[in-house]
Amino acid sequence: MLEPGELGRLLGPGGNELLCESCFEELDRYVELGLGDADADAQIPGMREHLEGCPACREDYESLRAFVLSEGRKAR
Amino acid sequence: MGAKDSGSPTAGRDVEARVDGEAERGVPPRPTAGSELSKPDSGRWVEELSTEGRVRDDAVARLHALLLRAARFEVKRRRGSLPHLRGDELEDIAHQSADDAVVAVLGKLGDFRGESLFTTWAYKFALLETAVNLRRRAWQGRETPLEPESWPHFDDPHASPEADAERSELMAAIGDAVATALTPHQRHVLVSVALNDVPIDVLADRLGTTRGALYKTIHDARRKLRTKLAESGLEVAAAGEGARP
Repeated sequence: MLEPGELGRLLGPGGNELLCESCFEELDRYVELGLGDADADAQIPGMREHLEGCPACREDYESLRAFVLSEGRKAR
Repeated sequence: MGAKDSGSPTAGRDVEARVDGEAERGVPPRPTAGSELSKPDSGRWVEELSTEGRVRDDAVARLHALLLRAARFEVKRRRGSLPHLRGDELEDIAHQSADDAVVAVLGKLGDFRGESLFTTWAYKFALLETAVNLRRRAWQGRETPLEPESWPHFDDPHASPEADAERSELMAAIGDAVATALTPHQRHVLVSVALNDVPIDVLADRLGTTRGALYKTIHDARRKLRTKLAESGLEVAAAGEGARP
C-alpha cells in the first residue's frame, strides 16, 4: 500500500462531499456540533470529506473552531 | 463603513447547485453545544439588526466590534506567513475584513436559520474575509506556476523492489491520467491548488471566477483521474487510506 500525502491531495477524498458554498453555509453548525456531544459528521454528511479535499475550507473550519473555543474560554 | 467590495469572498455566496452524489441532508436538530460556550441572544441580534434607528445603529456597532475581534484573531493566527507586513498593515487588513464582514452579515441576515448561535454564524464571515485578504496579500506579485513544482513521490528507503515497482507503475498511471484525462483548465487548476499550494481564492481571482466554481473543477478532475486509474486496474482508496495497485 502506498502512503497518502501528495497522492491524497491530488486525488481528493473520493466519497460524496459538499462543495465550498454548502460547506460555508454549514460551517457554524458543524463547528458547534463538533464542540458538543453530537456526531457532526453524521448530521452533516459530506462535510468531513470536503474539509479533507479543500485546504481553504479546512483552514476556515480550523479558524472558526479555534475562535469559538477561545471566546468560550473568555466567557467562563 | 464602505460599500461592499465586489471582490469580497462572501459576496454572492448563494446556495449552489449540488454536484452529482453530493450528500443529502435532512432537517437538523438544534445544536446545544454553543449555548454552553456563551449565552448571547441570537433572536435579539437578528431583531435589533433588522430594525431601524438608534437600536440598529448600536447593534451594528456591537457587531462590528465582535467581527473585528474575530478578524484580529485570524490575523494573529496567520501573521507568521506574512513576515513582510508591518503591524499597522495587518491592523488595516483586520479593519477592512471586519467592515466587509459586517456588510456580508447584514446582507445575509435573512439566511440565518438559528441552527447555531448568531455569533458563531457571524464569526465565520469575518474569519473568511480575513483569511482571503491575507492570502491575497501573501500572493500579491507572485506568479501562480502552471506546471507542478514537483510530482508526487513516495520514496521509501525500506520499500521492497516489488513495492518500488508498484509505486513506479502508479506514478506512471497518474502522470498519464493527468496528461490525457483532464482538460487543460482542469489540469491547471488541480495542479495549482493540489500540488503547487496556490490558494484557491487567489487562483479564482486571477481566473476571474469563484472559489466554488474552481473547487467544482477540482472535484470533476479528481473524479476523472480516479476513473482513469480504475480503468488501468489501479484501485484508489479515499484520501488518507492510500492506494492499492
